[in-house]
Amino acid sequence: MQPRMITNKLEFSFKRFFLQWEWMLVVLLLAVIVMNVNLSEYFWDYANLRDATMGFLDKAFIVLPMVFVILLADIDISVASIVALSSVIMADLYTMGVPMPLAMIICLAVGTLCGWVNGMLIVKFKELSSVIITLATMIIYRGIAYMILEDQAAGSFPDWFSFLGWGYVGSIPFILIAFILFAVLFGVLLHKTVFGRQLYAIGNNGTAARFSGVKVDRIKIIVFTLAGLMAAVTALFLTSRMGSTRPNVATGYELDVIAMVVLGGISTSGGKGRMIGAIIAVFLIGFLRYGLGLVNVQAQVLLIIIGLLLIFAVAVPQLKRAKLPAKKM
Amino acid sequence: MAEYILELNGITKRFPGVKALDNVYFKLRPGEIHALMGENGAGKSTFIKVITGVHSPDGGEIFFDGKKVKFDNPTDAKKLGIAAIYQHVTCYPDLSVTENIFMGHEKIGKRTKRILWYDMHKEAERLLRELGAAFSPKTLMGALSVAEQQIVEIAKALSTDAKVIIMDEPTAALSSRESEELYRIAERLRDKGTAIIFISHRFEDMYRLAGKVTVFRDSKYIGTWAVDEITNHDLIIAMVGREIHQLFPKKEAEIGEELLRVEGLGRTGYFADVSFSLKRGEIMGLTGLVGAGRSEVCQSIFGASPYDKGGIYLKGDKVNIRDPLEAMRLGIGYLPEDRQKQGLVLQWGIGRNITLSSLDKVSSKGALNAAKEAEIAKRLAEKVNVKANSIFDLASSLSGGNQQKVVFAKLLTADLDVLILDEPTKGVDVGAKSAIYEIISSLACQGYGILLVSSEMPEIIGMCDRVAVMREGRIHAFLDRQSISQEAILQASMAN
Repeated sequence: MQPRMITNKLEFSFKRFFLQWEWMLVVLLLAVIVMNVNLSEYFWDYANLRDATMGFLDKAFIVLPMVFVILLADIDISVASIVALSSVIMADLYTMGVPMPLAMIICLAVGTLCGWVNGMLIVKFKELSSVIITLATMIIYRGIAYMILEDQAAGSFPDWFSFLGWGYVGSIPFILIAFILFAVLFGVLLHKTVFGRQLYAIGNNGTAARFSGVKVDRIKIIVFTLAGLMAAVTALFLTSRMGSTRPNVATGYELDVIAMVVLGGISTSGGKGRMIGAIIAVFLIGFLRYGLGLVNVQAQVLLIIIGLLLIFAVAVPQLKRAKLPAKKM
Repeated sequence: MAEYILELNGITKRFPGVKALDNVYFKLRPGEIHALMGENGAGKSTFIKVITGVHSPDGGEIFFDGKKVKFDNPTDAKKLGIAAIYQHVTCYPDLSVTENIFMGHEKIGKRTKRILWYDMHKEAERLLRELGAAFSPKTLMGALSVAEQQIVEIAKALSTDAKVIIMDEPTAALSSRESEELYRIAERLRDKGTAIIFISHRFEDMYRLAGKVTVFRDSKYIGTWAVDEITNHDLIIAMVGREIHQLFPKKEAEIGEELLRVEGLGRTGYFADVSFSLKRGEIMGLTGLVGAGRSEVCQSIFGASPYDKGGIYLKGDKVNIRDPLEAMRLGIGYLPEDRQKQGLVLQWGIGRNITLSSLDKVSSKGALNAAKEAEIAKRLAEKVNVKANSIFDLASSLSGGNQQKVVFAKLLTADLDVLILDEPTKGVDVGAKSAIYEIISSLACQGYGILLVSSEMPEIIGMCDRVAVMREGRIHAFLDRQSISQEAILQASMAN
């Protein structure tokens, strides 16, 4: 048998480059921007755009680890409860006299711990799906938050704390800078490291990954722990923006976040999709909400539109697949 | 009534690329137990699927009770009274015995269309008593032992008034006492006029039960004999009876020091008391019938599943392997039996698949080095001669043999001493097979110790320096190069 030459150079192909879901998202994002500009003459104003962005970026921090979670073909619906619990504990500690910086660190630690617990439970009880486990912890974490504050609000944080959610560096919102930094960090982690590669392998074929020496359980625990940590980061920014907190904050965030990830082209069956898609989806849904809000579209109508977008996001790749001829053995 | 309840003449069944059945004959009288024997892959399973209407034959005729019949689907065969009981019982563990018995033909009220539970339980009770079973029909199927589940399967066959019952290795998972119980049931059915086709690898079963035996080999009909007219030896010749035509490119490798030693390894319920040692440059075969526990032993050595007895020694040191990563770090590689489920990420390109098991080699401090990865992937893909144009070709686009070469390439990325190859040529065409043999042989020459798990006798005989034959979770015999023969292996792998 002749030895074969196998190339390891991937030639650039326009078709392959442009047939990516992310381009669809870019088109949709442009459409939303054009629509917004037409709806309101003030939209394109820099200050306005900037403030609009600040309004929807708090939950975007959870989108980043949620991409990991969904790439593993898992899901985490407890993140909103983690936001509430870590926020409430921080506020409660501060009112009890703990210095704010320490309270903030504890906030992050609580989120991390909650995420770690999720991960441990999911790895220990393999026969249970992550939906069931995080449904349970979602109820538990929220329940603890209510136990601590009993439907009261807590707040009156030091003035400097509002910088997180409201402050600017030069003329750029601090929250935007923080988001970009985290997004780059998570993007690099996913696409340029061994960890990311193994994560994709588990999402595509967990058994083959295990037989290839991938520590599947360890990666799952890390990913869920990261989700908890980033939920706590969201808690910091959200609490800063609101100036106070209650046990019912961030209700429904988990669904918003999952919607953004799915719209971003990350397949719920695992192993497919990229970080950049989810990031574009954050801005797409954010601007869509903001624009429709500008012209007083009811919140319910907004939900319907986002729902339709999601169906579109899930359906289009399916249609594409249906047209391809069935694979031969 | 016709002389034969079931008669098959000249049945041929083709699948793309292979003849699974080539002009086979089978005649079954009412009240007869007829054994069907042959090696793995001799065509027995396809034959059963033809009788039960799962596959329709491409040629030949089927007569049932003297009338020519044609089955378009399994329901046709079932309606005539042909029922099959499979080796791995297919049941609904969370439903009751009654529900399992009547699944698909429940007793239903004529007008009300409601399920007649009382009637069904009563009928189930009657069937179970007839078979000598002591458990209640209301028991959950999952709470029963395998033997008891098999009795339920038989009751299910009887509830459809089966005239022909096919038992596919029913004793494979049973203890000898449970087997005895099954024999009694089979005899009782026979005496009542039911015809039974009994498939088993155990000579014991055949001698104890069957009146006639038919042998298939290589998809062909070899012959039918009365059991008391054929000797054990002649029967083995009938089943094996071929010279090895394939050429095996085995080169003599220099056999060096001991690499791996397994002592008294056991996993409750899977295998027990497995001991062997493997030397550098040696190819040791591990064979036995499917289900004898070979893969389970390999996976325990590789850390993919646990073991609870005995120990594993690498180059003389006792090691405690808890997961595959640890096994690979210690120098043990495993080529899994199911390359699509366990070996490859089919949605990925060849290159990523190759580097998956050794990402530490193409990264520094956790950051991937794309250029280095492409380089290594290309080199290894060429080394095993994968038929592909680019390392970005999807694994799913390759043929079975080329997919297997990719899995081999994965093993070559890591620094290994011991390679455990689990059915490396399963489902691979002949051309790719010899290429894979060549790879295996050259690996042995390079100083790897190779444990070759295989059900294919020619492969074992052609490639191995030594063979361990497993049966029912234990190693029953070691054969060295001089004494390896198909007869010897078959003798050791079957209870006698």
